[in-house]
Amino acid sequence: MAHALADDQSGLASPPRREPVLEIRDLSVEYVLESGIVGAVDAVSFDVAPGEFLAIVGESGCGKSTLLFGISQLLNPPAEISGGSVQFHGRNLVQLTERELAAVRWKDMSVVMQSAMNALNPVQSVGAQLKDAMRAHGMTSKSEILQRSVEVLSMVGIDPVHLKSYPHQLSGGMRQRSMIAMAMLFTPELIIMDEPTSALDVVAQRSLMAQIKDLQREYHFAVIFVTHDMSLVRHFSDRLMVMYAGQVSEVGPTQQLFDHPHHPYTAGLMDAFPSIRGPRVQLTGIPGSPPNLARPPSGCRFSPRCPKVMARCETDPPPDYQVEGTSVRCFLYDVTGGSQ
Amino acid sequence: MAIPVTTTGLPESTAAIGSPLRRNALHRITKAIRTNRKATIGVVLMAVFVFVALFPGALTRRDPSTATTLVFAHPSAAHWLGTDNLGRDVYAQVIDGTRNVLLLAIAVGLLTTVVAMLIGVAAAYLGGVSDSVLNFVTDVLLVIPIFPLLIIIAAYLPNAGNYVLIVVLTFTGWSYTARQLRSQALSLRNRDFLLAARVRGERPLYIIIVEILPTMTSLLLASFLNNALYAVLAGSGLQFIGLGNSNNVSWGTTLYWAQQNNALGTGLYAWVIVPGACIALLGAAFAFINYAFDEIGNPALRPLTAAKVRKAAEATTKRRLARGARAS
Amino acid sequence: MRFIIRRAGFFLLTLWAALSLNFFLPRIMPGNPINNIISKLHNVTPAQERAIEHALGINNKASIWQQYLSYLGNTVQGKLGLSVGNGGEPVSQLIRQALPWTLGLVGIATILAFIIGTSIGAIAAWRRGSRLDGALPPLFVFTTAIPFFWVGMMLILIFASVLGVLPSYGAYALGTTPSFSIAFIGQVLEYAILPALTLLITSIGGWVLTMRNTMVTTLTEDYVRMARAKGLSSSKIMVGYAARNAILPNLTGFAMSLGFVVSGAILVEYVFNYPGVGNMLLTAVNNVDYPLMQGLFLIITVCVLVAILLSDIATAILDPRTRTAG
Repeated sequence: MAHALADDQSGLASPPRREPVLEIRDLSVEYVLESGIVGAVDAVSFDVAPGEFLAIVGESGCGKSTLLFGISQLLNPPAEISGGSVQFHGRNLVQLTERELAAVRWKDMSVVMQSAMNALNPVQSVGAQLKDAMRAHGMTSKSEILQRSVEVLSMVGIDPVHLKSYPHQLSGGMRQRSMIAMAMLFTPELIIMDEPTSALDVVAQRSLMAQIKDLQREYHFAVIFVTHDMSLVRHFSDRLMVMYAGQVSEVGPTQQLFDHPHHPYTAGLMDAFPSIRGPRVQLTGIPGSPPNLARPPSGCRFSPRCPKVMARCETDPPPDYQVEGTSVRCFLYDVTGGSQ
Repeated sequence: MAIPVTTTGLPESTAAIGSPLRRNALHRITKAIRTNRKATIGVVLMAVFVFVALFPGALTRRDPSTATTLVFAHPSAAHWLGTDNLGRDVYAQVIDGTRNVLLLAIAVGLLTTVVAMLIGVAAAYLGGVSDSVLNFVTDVLLVIPIFPLLIIIAAYLPNAGNYVLIVVLTFTGWSYTARQLRSQALSLRNRDFLLAARVRGERPLYIIIVEILPTMTSLLLASFLNNALYAVLAGSGLQFIGLGNSNNVSWGTTLYWAQQNNALGTGLYAWVIVPGACIALLGAAFAFINYAFDEIGNPALRPLTAAKVRKAAEATTKRRLARGARAS
Repeated sequence: MRFIIRRAGFFLLTLWAALSLNFFLPRIMPGNPINNIISKLHNVTPAQERAIEHALGINNKASIWQQYLSYLGNTVQGKLGLSVGNGGEPVSQLIRQALPWTLGLVGIATILAFIIGTSIGAIAAWRRGSRLDGALPPLFVFTTAIPFFWVGMMLILIFASVLGVLPSYGAYALGTTPSFSIAFIGQVLEYAILPALTLLITSIGGWVLTMRNTMVTTLTEDYVRMARAKGLSSSKIMVGYAARNAILPNLTGFAMSLGFVVSGAILVEYVFNYPGVGNMLLTAVNNVDYPLMQGLFLIITVCVLVAILLSDIATAILDPRTRTAG
């Protein structure tokens, strides 16, 4: 399946086949604290094509969850969007009021959160929470609501008898799946998932991922999937985006990134996850730790830890370069021999 | 007793006095008090009352217990708050009574906390049958209405002096704190640093005093303040209805005489307003300090004043402009 | 529900403990109050004397243990003895006259304080950063520290003494006979305004503050964020998702605060001379009327226990997690 490539600013990408579902341009999110301002997401830009599975990976604290909440306008204070745009269906979500957003929410874009135990209202039954969402979007007929509830639950393989169950009565896997069922209520065009498998054991993880892929094949929705588990994304995602210290360091087709990682950080990540079937290699980590985002370094944010660092990396922030179908933020790929 | 405890995160309880760590902690506490408005008000009020309690002579030269023939006098230059039914100067009574009330509050606060600590922590640490028994006793005392019980006990002890009042208030007040301390201690029981101590062979009493207690300083402080507040209100209440020693000079007893002599009906308002206001202010001092420490410990509860929000927004705009300048 | 049954069992045990306290306290206090009672019995009829001894479990011919058991038996049957100070009327009858006044006053004031207080707290937390939210905590922290009786006296000062618009003494005008007429009910309400207001002012602060604090924490929970993501309206989120969860710790706090409420009720009844059980208790103490004192203590304890049980039932209804935990 050919995909529309992100970032046509440099003119090297092929023209998109269909309009992207989501266009993020220069999105920045900051935490406004008493001690200062912390930039959690810095000028992130990417597109999501219809029906594609985009995975976002990175270390803890690299800003991936914050990015997700920034996109879906679900940030809590002290976090706030400090710049950029989120184009969804031709409208910039950042500029919409809560009421205008409410119409878009869930119908066209839904969210699956990390821990279903925390994301489901503990004092309401599953059925009641499904009904909530439907009532909020104009469905009033009781039979319609019931019918749709049973439909979505069977989509994920949950017995409809659990409509009356409370979240604490379900197993972890069932809770996650009921969250996905809830997200499917209006078969939206885009579902954003924030580490939905982190709270599950390995077997449940695989089964959940397979379920998501099956649903995606049938209903053609796009997925943005945040995780820190590289092995999961290898088999299930079309494109992969690597984030570091609030910025996108590399984004491109998944297979490409795994076989030929371009950015030194991506390469380091790949080396840290040995393949079970490949030859035995020395396990290496990435020395050092991520920068303090309250005072980010002036040049490339990865330069203090980069094995291939050059002099200019510490002073000039690198732009994005297009290499072999991926976008890389690294001076190593500067073919022009000078700054842009 | 500066035995290092590794994972408490409360350096002020383990560093030796005078060391840089200790001085730094003191600085942090004073800064926290200065910036948090509630803490400032509370500490200032408390300081005023402590001053009055320690130096009553500086504020009045009259003896509060001297009866005169000038009874039921309205406020005048000679008697700033008037006189009571025995001609005693009300202002002097208020000033002198401060010491009694403050002593009561501090004594009950301390004793209650100590008793609650012993029972609560011991129950958590000993577990088993002793825990169940202590738990039951605590719960029963929590549920039985305390004030009626206080009244009944006080009724069996006519003319209870200050000491009796302290004992009675402590006896009825420790249960709530004991419960809190017990659940806190329970959550700590299996933490690694305690297991390490046990493996080292330390005895239970040592572990309780040296390892567990320092981690509960914030709870203990809150308990002291809460119980002091309780002592002020309940003690004054008992005195007001005549169950304390009405010959003692205290705000509650002054109000008792005011009520007995229908001060409100006869227009002697100062007699009623001022002692009651003092009770309220002292109670408020304890309550403010307590709440402020709550906020200091849990930043989510701190007030987001409009000023802070504006300051943050300005900083954001400045940052954005700077970044824009850099990019172009 | 096993949870409720367990709680009820605990309350029965507590009641037993209260009864035992009642029995043993006068016997262990210095000054030997029991002898006091017996010496004061010379101006009642022999039948009354026996009734009082029966009620207190005094029986010089039996052992302590037997006295204790018969005392327990009598109390459970409602034989609370005769009042020493009120001309020998049965204690149970006096209690039956006074109890409705207290329940009405305290019940209504507490329910109002709970509803208004939690609403204010919820709204304040919802509008974090507004001037309302900044001003509330200091104000209500202050009101929780004011003594009940002083607030009552201040209200009397303002409304009765200075302005003269509201009555300050009793539950109805002196000399009126109680009846179910509109006029009488109107009087009752008029006389109840200041006492109820006193209770309201002092107790509301606690509700506001605890609700605000629990709401602030609840609002950061994932399920509230999820409710936003689903596009639910603000009011639905605030009530159905946030407040519904935040109120649960408050209900358990209600049980704890009952002691506070009871003390307030007693002092307020005293200041306003309201004919409830609190006022009666204080008068009984002044008259050294032990049977009445003990009976009142028991009835107050029973009322508190029932109230706590009710709030536990409410928690079980509102929080499905307690139901299955058993």
